[in-house]
Amino acid sequence: MDFLRPASWQEALAAKAEHPSAVPIAGGTDVMVEINFDHRRPAYLLDLNRVGELAEWETAGDIVRLGASVPYTRIMEHLRRELPGLALAAHTVASPQIRNRGGVGGNLGTASPAGDAHPALLAGGGEVEAVSVRGTRMIPIDDFYLGVKRNALAPDELIRAVHLRKATGPQQFSKVGTRNAMVIAVCAFGIALHPDRRTVRTGIGSAAPTPIRATAAEEFLTAALDEGGLWDNGKPVPPAVARQFADLVAAAANPIDDVRGTASYRRHALAVMARRTLGWTWEQYRGEQQEERNQPCA
Amino acid sequence: MRVTFTVNGREQAADDVWEGESLLYVLRERLGLPGSKNACEQGECGSCTVRLDGVPVCSCLVAAGQAEGRDVVTVEGLAGDDGTLSTVQQAFVDAGAVQCGFCTPGLLVAADELLERNPEPSDGDIREALSGNLCRCTGYEKILDAVRLAAARTGEAV
Ligand SMILES: Cc1cc2nc3c(=O)[nH]c(=O)nc-3n(C[C@H](O)[C@H](O)[C@H](O)COP(=O)(O)OP(=O)(O)OC[C@H]3O[C@@H](n4cnc5c(N)ncnc54)[C@H](O)[C@@H]3O)c2cc1C
Ligand code: FES
Ligand code: FES
Repeated sequence: MDFLRPASWQEALAAKAEHPSAVPIAGGTDVMVEINFDHRRPAYLLDLNRVGELAEWETAGDIVRLGASVPYTRIMEHLRRELPGLALAAHTVASPQIRNRGGVGGNLGTASPAGDAHPALLAGGGEVEAVSVRGTRMIPIDDFYLGVKRNALAPDELIRAVHLRKATGPQQFSKVGTRNAMVIAVCAFGIALHPDRRTVRTGIGSAAPTPIRATAAEEFLTAALDEGGLWDNGKPVPPAVARQFADLVAAAANPIDDVRGTASYRRHALAVMARRTLGWTWEQYRGEQQEERNQPCA
Repeated sequence: MRVTFTVNGREQAADDVWEGESLLYVLRERLGLPGSKNACEQGECGSCTVRLDGVPVCSCLVAAGQAEGRDVVTVEGLAGDDGTLSTVQQAFVDAGAVQCGFCTPGLLVAADELLERNPEPSDGDIREALSGNLCRCTGYEKILDAVRLAAARTGEAV
């Protein structure tokens, strides 16, 4: 095995081009488990820890460009306002020790259907900045997950960052597991209200071969909110609409029975999480609308 | 390969390190620092917790080469040079928070960092900070007592 230690992003790209089989290692919280247990014996490990900009983020206009290796801890602490769904999801990952090392780039690299960042990324919307010596590709998050632990990266590409839309409305993340810490999701659900576009987006984790959106549920809810004029009049979501939304979320999933739960439990739990998180986000939206209405004109 | 980094304030070098080796293995088997424990090698138990540039991490999940040039503090670095126990260590002894002791080094490192960052933690803060450390013996209550005791003593000392 060779240990490659590029000191800059350009060096990292050159190393990946020269050795496309090299396994990048950022926080190591997935890679090292595989090496410790002899599940993986790569010819090259490509350490990304010395590439400082991967651990930084910047905001430009309505976009946050989140470096691939920004640890979950930093996301929770510093990006709660801009990326509330992702910050909530980050807080459910493993333990403080893991959150101090792991980040979204590694979650995307592994592309496990159980990765907690994915439902939040799908619901919030964004693009993966994939870079090689050949150039930069912006991969829409919806096109990134190809199969169980398979993603859209080419062998010579590295993730530089994810470009995420700053929240324009409330977002939630919900996850089912046996305890609060150190739990791989039995299933997970993310929801983001986008009042600027008058749309709602969702993400489902651990209930299909890849993380997915519940597109039919989103379309149904978006239409129902429009029809009722709810974005403007700030009325509660009618219970029948919330129920139908929840059923459509459950129907979007394609879960399996495994050690963590049965398929039918996962469907049931998803419906419950969808209804609850819709309730929470909509109440928050209504509250914010109310506050805005009560503001005296400047 | 050779890996050089600072451990508990002293520059150390390890030779013949295998490229896939963990920082934990280097500490225990090559540098003679067996304080950090190896229980799971998969980030689940926290008994290998050390500070990497000040930040608590599972040393079993840090590739040795990633520690090159960086600053590591292990449980061996908590006590004074003359062997005087640190506040957190003394509190663990006094509160009876140690049974078999296998989880203790990781808990000490995690608790020490918590109190440095947050000298007056709530019970919720303590539970959260120690949520990545498993103990099979104590049932955790005495560990929580120990951290509360250490926090109270730190407060008195100021
Ligand atoms: C005890 C434990 C508990 C866990 N709990 C959770 C949990 O609750 N939720 C969850 O989602 N995950 C969990 N994980 C998995 C892991 O922590 C996450 O997937 C994390 O996001 C990985 O990030 P990392 O930086 O450590 O990745 P690494 O292990 O460094 O890399 C992971 C993969 O991504 C690739 N990669 C990394 N960076 C890049 C890049 N810039 N470009 C291209 N490829 C890259 C690597 O080659 C590798 O294939 C857990 C892991 C452990 C050990
Ligand atoms: S040995 Fe590292 S977390 Fe268990
Ligand atoms: S004292 Fe035995 S594992 Fe904690």
